[in-house]
Formats: sequence, C-alpha cells, structure tokens
Amino acid sequence: MKHAKTDIESFASRTGTVTAPRLRADSLCVGYAGTKIVHDVDLEANPGEVTILVGPNGCGKSTLLKAMARVLKPMSGAALLDGQSVHAMPTRDLARQLALLPQGPVAPEGLTVHELVSQGRFPHQSLTRQWSADDSRAVTGAMQAADIIDFSDRRVDSLSGGQRQRCWIAMVLAQETDVILLDEPTTFLDLKVQVDVMTLLRKIARQKGRTLLVVLHELNIAAMFADRIVIMRDGRLIAQGAPERVITTENLAAGFGLQASVIKDPVTGRPVCLPDITEPAS
Amino acid sequence: MTKAGWFSLPVLLGGLVLAFGWHIAVGAKTVPLHVVLEALVAYDQSNFDHVVVTDLRLPRAVYAVLVGAALAVAGALMQGVTRNPLAEPGVLGLLTGASFVVVMAVGYFRLVDPAFIPLLAALGATVTAALVWGIAAAAPGGSTPLTLVLAGAAITGFLAAFISLAHLLDQESFDRLRVWLTGTLAGRSTDVLIWALPWLIGGLVLALLLAPQVTALAMGDETAVGLGVDVVRVKLLAMLSVIALTAAAVAIAGPMAFVGLVIPHVARILVGADYRAIVPVSAVLGAVYLLVVDIAARMVLAPIEVSTGIVTALLGAPFFVWLVRARL
Repeated sequence: MKHAKTDIESFASRTGTVTAPRLRADSLCVGYAGTKIVHDVDLEANPGEVTILVGPNGCGKSTLLKAMARVLKPMSGAALLDGQSVHAMPTRDLARQLALLPQGPVAPEGLTVHELVSQGRFPHQSLTRQWSADDSRAVTGAMQAADIIDFSDRRVDSLSGGQRQRCWIAMVLAQETDVILLDEPTTFLDLKVQVDVMTLLRKIARQKGRTLLVVLHELNIAAMFADRIVIMRDGRLIAQGAPERVITTENLAAGFGLQASVIKDPVTGRPVCLPDITEPAS
Repeated sequence: MTKAGWFSLPVLLGGLVLAFGWHIAVGAKTVPLHVVLEALVAYDQSNFDHVVVTDLRLPRAVYAVLVGAALAVAGALMQGVTRNPLAEPGVLGLLTGASFVVVMAVGYFRLVDPAFIPLLAALGATVTAALVWGIAAAAPGGSTPLTLVLAGAAITGFLAAFISLAHLLDQESFDRLRVWLTGTLAGRSTDVLIWALPWLIGGLVLALLLAPQVTALAMGDETAVGLGVDVVRVKLLAMLSVIALTAAAVAIAGPMAFVGLVIPHVARILVGADYRAIVPVSAVLGAVYLLVVDIAARMVLAPIEVSTGIVTALLGAPFFVWLVRARL
C-alpha cells in the first residue's frame, strides 16, 4: 500500500513546494441571457492537483467550468490563468495552455481514433506550420498515456463508452497543455470504468504538474480522487479545500440537502459519504 | 485521413479527366476521344469537329465541372458547420432564394448585365439564409436539422409560388428564364461565367482554408472553442463561402437541386470525417457527378435534351429520403 499512498499525496506535499494557483476565479459571475447562474465565485486550482467541482444538478458547476474555459463570457469578475484573464487572450494562444473536454462530446460519424486524437494538435498548427514530427510524437504519447494505442485505426463510434472517453481524454492530452478542464468525464460509465478514468486523470495531474479542474457527479468518486474539492449550490460556493476537510455532514447538508454520515476509508483515509436512508426519528 | 483516402484523390482526378473527355465526345454527333484531345492541344480552325468541341462542348463541360464543384463544396461546408446531414444550398432554400432575386431582377427590372447576376444571386441567397435560420431558431426546440429543413421547404415553396405568379402575369419576359429555372448547362453565355468565376474561386479558396476549422467544429462548438477555434468567425466565413459558391452556381446554371446533398456524403464514405479531405474530394466528385449527369441528360431521351437540374433532382430526391430514414 506504500505505492498507493505516495500516489495519493498531492504534488505540493510531495515536492514540499508552495505553488501559486494556476487557475483562479475572481468574484466570477456568469449567466445566460441576463439570468445570473454563478454568483460571485472565488476558486483556485493548483498545479499537480485534481480539483473537483461537485454540487446538485443545476447548481451552476458546468456553467462555471465553461466560463473558466472561455466558452461563456463572465457578467462580472474574471477567470484567470496565471493572473491573466482567459477572455482577454487570443483563443488559439489560450488553447496551447488550457484544454477543455466538454460534457458528452460526439465524434463525427466515421472519425478514427487517430484522427480524433490528432485534432488535439489543432492549436499548434497553422497555414505555414502543418503536421510535424512534434505533432506525431504528441499524438502517439497521448494515445499511450490513455492506453488506446491498440484502437488507433478503429472508428470512434465503434468503441465502448469507456474506450471512447479515453479517446477524448487522449485528444485533450495531445493538446499538450498544463491546464485541463473536464466536464463530467465519467457520466454514463460503469463504476469500474469511472475508477479507471479518474485514476488516469490523477496520473495526468501528477505527471508534469498539470492543473486539472473536473466537474463530477459522483460524490464518493470525487472524494476518492480529489486533491481539492469544491462544493457548489445555487451558483455559490459552499466549501472548498482538501476532501477530509470539505466532505462533512454539515457541508453535505448545506450543499446537497443530503442527510449523510461521513466515515473514513480504512485504506486510503479518504472520507466516504454514507447517505441516511432511514427516516429521521421524530 | 486514411491511406485509402489519400489514394482516392488521384483516382478521382483520373475519373475527372475521363468524364470531361467523354462529356465533350458525346452529343448530336459523336466526336472520337482522340479528336477531342487534338482539338484541345492542337486546335485546327478548319476542322469542323474541332470547332464543335471548343465552341460548343468545351464551355458546357467547364460549366459542369465548376457548378458541380461549387455546389458540392457548399453542401460539405454547410453539413460540417451545422452538424446537419441534410444541409445543402438546395434543401435549405438558398438556391431558390438566389434564383428568385435573379428572376425578378431580370424579368421586371431588366438587369440583364451579366456582372449583376452573381451579385443578385448572392443577395438572394443571403436573405434566404437569414430567413430560414430565423424561422428555424424561432421554432420550438430551436434550429435543429429538422426545423431547418422545414423552414427551407416553406421558403422554397413560398418563393416558387412568386416565381410562378410572375411567370403567369408576364409570359414573354419570363419564358426565356423558364429553362434556366430548372437548372441547365445549355446555352449559357461565357460572359456570365467570367463574372461568376471570381465568386467561385473566392468561395473555393475560402472553403479550403476553413476546412481544418470545420473538422474541429463538427465535433461540437464547445470542443472547437477548447481547441482554439474562433467559432463565430469560422461560421460567418463559412456562410460567406457558401453564399459565394451558391451565387456562382446559380448564375451559371440556375438552381441545380441536390448536388450539394449527395456528394459530401459520398466523399465521407471515401475519405472519412476530416474536412481537410472532404472539401477537396467533394469538389472533384461534384465535378465528375455533374459531368456524368449532364451526359445522361443529353443521351437518355436523345435527340430531346432533358434539363440537367431535372436529372439531379430525379437522382437526389430518393437519396434525400434514404438519408432522412438512415440519419435523422
């Protein structure tokens, strides 16, 4: 278990360095058509760590992530990458530093795995700079990391849900950015596949000190894999910090309206949430 | 693109050369292929066959190539950008919109100067596109493949009624446009071609430049943004390219239905989902398709000649039905 233990320790605690957050939301307000959905959010995501955003359906976590990825413009406040507003940067320059995997992406019919992953090289190419050896190396490396090299020539639409999700993660990896945002990367996957995907994401964060910000549905999966967890409700932050500190009976009640007890996983020491299914005594 | 995909481009170009030669060879009097070649490389003014080839048949073959390529590329761009397998200039009403404005301007205002024709067609296509998207966006559920097709059908029916009405009220001026309105490659003046050519070349070049972005866009707007695509800009430029290509095609040959629908799907079967391959392959495939269709239009009921547009509609409509059943 020694090996597992070091893997779980965060990048910062392993290296003993105090690193500045790479990605930050500063009093961020976001909404659609005049309706504010995210209210005044301050958020941090650090290098080498997986930061996971959780909250009930419709709490604004996806909206927040989209604003951090410059898909949505903020109504006020800012989404900052290394202190610079992501909305002020040229979109292609930003795409070389920050990658986004949206929720439930659909590959065009007939696209092969290799073609999909190659799309990740888009921001590195231009009219004068076409496909290069660097691109090939990045694509092969990404496919190896996501363990999909064997399907290289298969069509994406012929793969299972878990394999497909690994292809999309490989595309994002091929983009070779330090910061990666993922919107519900495990939705509709079996528990085993969810664990595989999250293990892969944690490995990605640990290697090269990448900053991962992930929106997740599954609370216990989040508690198991997050270095830093953020609970949202009705567009506001309820709590953020280490899972041991954030996953508490009080925060679960405040964030999800969920009556639950929290126990410690005897192996990893991680908090595990056990919902109360008995009627409360009157 | 797959290795098989790269292999298909030279095969297609070979097919294009063959279809081009065959197209020139057939007609009221069959000219042997070697005479066609002679006429093109060593023109002899005193040889009657050579005169037929260069003065009558060569322009028509060139129109077929250009119109086929333009419509196929326009369809490919529209299908990629809107992620709608049924999108093409004809189905979404752009061809009818462009023809409507041309017919009205020529019929009522005597704007017969060929320089104006592509401009008028572009105007018609632009206004129709805005109307169709507006109607589809206002429908419950927003602009889906289905609402776009329905809005296109409604606008097409509406404008076609106006064209019929104008024709009934003023038989004489509109009779000359009757054949053009079915989509034809016969008897078009080279003046129109010269004025349509800048639109066509501009549209094609823009389409080729946009192709990598369109591939990213075909994976969804958010994915495209994440990859650094300026989504709004690419969509506007793609629309611009579609309108220029539609305007050029309509100016040359009238509304040629379903070419833009059929060809990109065939291209996708050949080379996969990457628009860097789909756009150029669609261009070549569209050219070959229209050459072959035009040969059929002249041969099937010879000596009577069927309008090329009628044949593309006859072939395209069943394909459209199949697409709706298979893909929607």
